[in-house]
Amino acid sequence: MNFGFTEEQELLREQVRRFLDNKCPLTEVRKIAESKAGFSQDLWNEMAELGWLGITVPENYGGLGMGWVDLIVVLEESGRSLFPSPIISHNLAIDALLSAGTEQQKETWLPAMASGQKRGCIAINEKTNWHTPEGIRLQGLQERGLQEKGKQRSNGYSLTGEKHFVSDVDAADFYIVAFRADDKPEDITLAIVDSSASGVKTIMTETFDKTKREGILSLSDVVVPKDQILSEGPAATETLSRLLELGAVAVTAEAVGAAETALNITTEYAKERIQFGAPIGRYQGVKHPLADMYVDIESFKSLAYYAAWAADEVDGSLSRSASIAKAYASDAFVRIGTDSIQLHGAIGYTDEYDIQLFIKRSKWMRPAFGDTHFHQDRIAALSF
Amino acid sequence: MDFDLSPDELVFRQEVRDFIKTNMPDKVAKKDEMAFVTEWNKKVREKRWVGYTWPKEMGGGGGSLMKQVILKQEMAIAKTPGLGTCFMGLSWVGPGIIQYGTKDQQERFLPDILDSKFQWCTGYSEPNIGSDLASLQCKAENKGDHYLVNGQKMWTSLAPFAEWMILLVRTDSSSENKHEGITCLLVHMKSPGLEVRPIKNMTGSAVFAEVFFTDVKVPQENRLGEEGKGWMVTVSALANERSSIAEVAGLERKLEDLKALVKRIEIQGKPATQDQSVRRTVAGFETIIESMRLNGMRYLTKQLKGEPVSSETSVNKLHKATLEVEMGDYAVSLMGHVGIHSRNSPDALDKGRYAYRALSWPDVVIGGGTPNIQKNIISERILGLPKD
Repeated sequence: MNFGFTEEQELLREQVRRFLDNKCPLTEVRKIAESKAGFSQDLWNEMAELGWLGITVPENYGGLGMGWVDLIVVLEESGRSLFPSPIISHNLAIDALLSAGTEQQKETWLPAMASGQKRGCIAINEKTNWHTPEGIRLQGLQERGLQEKGKQRSNGYSLTGEKHFVSDVDAADFYIVAFRADDKPEDITLAIVDSSASGVKTIMTETFDKTKREGILSLSDVVVPKDQILSEGPAATETLSRLLELGAVAVTAEAVGAAETALNITTEYAKERIQFGAPIGRYQGVKHPLADMYVDIESFKSLAYYAAWAADEVDGSLSRSASIAKAYASDAFVRIGTDSIQLHGAIGYTDEYDIQLFIKRSKWMRPAFGDTHFHQDRIAALSF
Repeated sequence: MDFDLSPDELVFRQEVRDFIKTNMPDKVAKKDEMAFVTEWNKKVREKRWVGYTWPKEMGGGGGSLMKQVILKQEMAIAKTPGLGTCFMGLSWVGPGIIQYGTKDQQERFLPDILDSKFQWCTGYSEPNIGSDLASLQCKAENKGDHYLVNGQKMWTSLAPFAEWMILLVRTDSSSENKHEGITCLLVHMKSPGLEVRPIKNMTGSAVFAEVFFTDVKVPQENRLGEEGKGWMVTVSALANERSSIAEVAGLERKLEDLKALVKRIEIQGKPATQDQSVRRTVAGFETIIESMRLNGMRYLTKQLKGEPVSSETSVNKLHKATLEVEMGDYAVSLMGHVGIHSRNSPDALDKGRYAYRALSWPDVVIGGGTPNIQKNIISERILGLPKD
């Protein structure tokens, strides 16, 4: 039994830590967040050289052949720095290809993803704002015309509609799109859509967390040839569930790091700020909320680590453990963000002071891949 | 990361399972319960599973931490009686005697603790001393061959039933440092001059008591550790009171009880299982308990690697405190009018055990240091905030 990281994983953590401390302190984070792209291509290239973009890509596709336990080390440290990058979307697309892709699809994308040349993201949500397959309404019309003409790319689909709340949509070279095929509307279908395909348009939207980017994927008569179908029938629903669960694990891992930084900043402030003749950290009205934060972070950290371990296993324990981790972290992180501001007083409310970046991240993270209630419902369904 | 057991640990787990299969009947009639537990204690003692990690030469099992976790987990899953009944003896008195006791003390006290012969109680709190334990005032004078104890202890759990007490007294009040001059004594509860006055708690039972000392003579050979160094003895003894994984198994059992209750009851004529707020609340409890289990595993891994684990255990203590209060209260609130009916009421469900639990939480929540003290420990020792 060993519920901890290996020496190699600890070494990876140190490397990522040093990299981000040197290249992306919060001053840099603010600059990147204000940029048009919302992430740094230079840092992305450097990460590719270090091998970090292919951590979960098998070695025969040019990756490091490691797992989610290794990946969350990177995610936790990214979160600690509020590092703006499309790394989560990138890895979810990798996992979609690995779980459901054909050999040809894997060969087309995975080596290019591991080397940093191509990025992917998943386009699941719609205006319905649901996290379950029931919320997916985008229709795929069978490409009868092509079939009649006897072309090889028969039985493909044509997609017209919009995907909303698509993380990192602007940075992606392809999207994993979920839709309902008109010949099997009871199931969902997952397909790869190339960003260069005709009829694809992206519209950037704006949330209050500028370290995270998202947008609308607009599709107008976009042709999805058959060989771009990733998964269909009940298998597609399973793939979709896994992506949702992995997404929940990923944002929770980032939340662990981000919440720890928020706690550190606030703790240091409480040690320095003098009121009533003493550092405010001496007063129990201040130190107890800080202890509460510590308790929550320790706890959803354990849950995130375990869920990452489950993601690498095939025993089916990911579903429950991902939901438990996200159910805990969603609300807890927002509490931490809120208390961090409150314990600072007015200075915490200013744009200039960094703590405000963390409450924004906490509220960004809350609905991502399902909020506390959503995941509590999934947990309860296992009992009742 | 792996959650696999070693071949040796797997063999041990099978041994435990086989033992349970042979010795744990499906159902024990109420009237035979006492006899069963006595017999059970004898058998687990023979296996050397009581005090499993204590050194062999002290009568323990000399077993590893990991195997103890396996042992306790299997017992918890099978809902067996515990491993021995002398709770305080096994939790901190015994470990204190192993670490600081003389050979004579080890021979005199440890076997009885392991044999579940009687209870120990803990004389820490005083009328004016609770969380600030190091300010204690109960006095003892060194009279050569014995100490003469005068003063009072308060809220002493199990004192009405205990045979022995581990007692903290002040032997020197000259030092400015309140942690110095405290001495630890092992006191027989039938000592002349020692009087126990049970205190009825709000559930109606009297488990704790006031204990008065009037010229009580405690022989020199019953001093544990050096004179004046009792604080250190206590701190390291209490460190043995770790929030173990077995404790989590206890909470998991309570959660199962709560789920079973939810499946039985209706709210305004509809099954409680269909009520979204009920479902979410129970899932919320489950989430915290799972986090405790995994926190425990993470800290256990650190211990197995030989890294220090100390104040982190306050995390699980705080969770436990919250859950004991909230889960007990939630069961009662779910049942509406029925929930508050006690044992002999015709309207009570399950002999009023939920009503009892909703009021008995201070046993656990206040006993080992209040939640506020746990928060002080975290904020001062881990976060490095200044002491109040």
